[in-house]
Amino acid sequence: MSIIRRSTSLFQPRRGPEQRILTENRALIEDIDRRKLLRGAVSLGALSMLTGCDVAEQPQVQSVLRTVSSFNDRVQAAIFDPNRLAPTYSEAQVVNPPRFNAYYEIENVKPIDISGWKLELAGLINDRRPWNIEQIYALPEQEEIIKHICVEGWDYIGQWSGPNLRHFLTLVGADLTAKYVAFHGNDDYLEVIDMPSALHPQTILATKYAREPITDPFGYPLRLRTAVKLGFKNPKWIRAIEVTNTYQEGFWEKQGFNWFSGL
Amino acid sequence: MNTQKKMHPLPIRLMHWTNAIAMIIMIMSGWKIYNDEVIFGFLHFPDAITLGPWAQHGLQWHFFGMWVLALNGLAYLAYGVISGRFRRLLLPISPREVIREALAALTFKLQHADLTHYNAVQKTLYVGVILVIILQVISGLAIWKPVQFSFLVSLFGDFQGARIVHFFGMTAICLFMVVHIALALLVPRTILAMLTGGPRVDVRPADAPVSINSPNM
Repeated sequence: MSIIRRSTSLFQPRRGPEQRILTENRALIEDIDRRKLLRGAVSLGALSMLTGCDVAEQPQVQSVLRTVSSFNDRVQAAIFDPNRLAPTYSEAQVVNPPRFNAYYEIENVKPIDISGWKLELAGLINDRRPWNIEQIYALPEQEEIIKHICVEGWDYIGQWSGPNLRHFLTLVGADLTAKYVAFHGNDDYLEVIDMPSALHPQTILATKYAREPITDPFGYPLRLRTAVKLGFKNPKWIRAIEVTNTYQEGFWEKQGFNWFSGL
Repeated sequence: MNTQKKMHPLPIRLMHWTNAIAMIIMIMSGWKIYNDEVIFGFLHFPDAITLGPWAQHGLQWHFFGMWVLALNGLAYLAYGVISGRFRRLLLPISPREVIREALAALTFKLQHADLTHYNAVQKTLYVGVILVIILQVISGLAIWKPVQFSFLVSLFGDFQGARIVHFFGMTAICLFMVVHIALALLVPRTILAMLTGGPRVDVRPADAPVSINSPNM
């Protein structure tokens, strides 16, 4: 899903390098990244020549493929069992720090200034007063050691905790019969999930990773973690939650990824 | 009572070519999806032989092709069982015969005067590729729905295990296609038969054991 190609394989270490090494060798790493960008630019140019005759991008073909993708949304909603729990793992299997992924690189993350941060509520919710982080920390916490599976094909086991989303939505008087819950990220990233997935017991508003507050690159102060959706349906740096009956496409769906993307 | 029909009746021919197109869509779009997160660092599929400019288009094709492949495949299996075609053409397979005829095939001494009778090597390849396609459906479902179908994931160890099995299943199907197409080109009458139906064969149920109990058995 990332614009820059990765060549990670099963035969490379799963855990990221130590952060200290990254800091010490910053100049070298930045140099490598520049070369990667150049290489990316060259292959992008080559690609633009190919797309002229690429059958998948013709509007009629896209329209058929997207219709099938919408049909697949309905099939996945029918397959979804609200009571089926995703496998959970032991603390020893947790990868720390977690794996970073966004539509931009990690050095472009804009950390949230917590003093000005509030969680806004919108749509079909009775009590739409905003929440500050202390109020959220005061809610009962639920911990989930679950797999994060990316649409690209990689996965890692993460240890997330924070308030259960069903509990939170009930608390603020959200209309639980509405169709969708939309999450607006601080990076203009919109993601929407269906209400049954939002109410799944393993869907939480995560504030912590491995019992520590989530660090900036992974969504501080608040992100969604659901065991029943692909990684990109788990927005980070949430600033607003909206309960709605209006269908909206998120960041990646607009580019052609499947909307439901359930696991 | 008319008990004669073409070696490849019309439904078989339609399902064969539908399967061929679906399989090509699945393989080429699968290569696109693979490229987004490669399993083997040395292996990237060139853009020229993948389907879709970006991974999302590869995924769109893959999740379109899966319906064609699965529905066509189910129809084919049902037809093969109900019509007795599998029993007549594909079974039984004797290991001794497979070895003897594989050696004969490798030295270009295998007889293929009678198109309507599959030799042991053909039987093995056809039954084998059907089983591999079934495995692809199972491993594919495990990758698509690792929570809803977590029992399928456990068949392959874990999620990455299912990805690896799915990859090697694809490899096996590609190897089958190389052999299948090469042999078809060596005996072009077989291609014609899959287009027009081929010679007429006796399909009376009472006769089925006759073709099975060939002198070699």
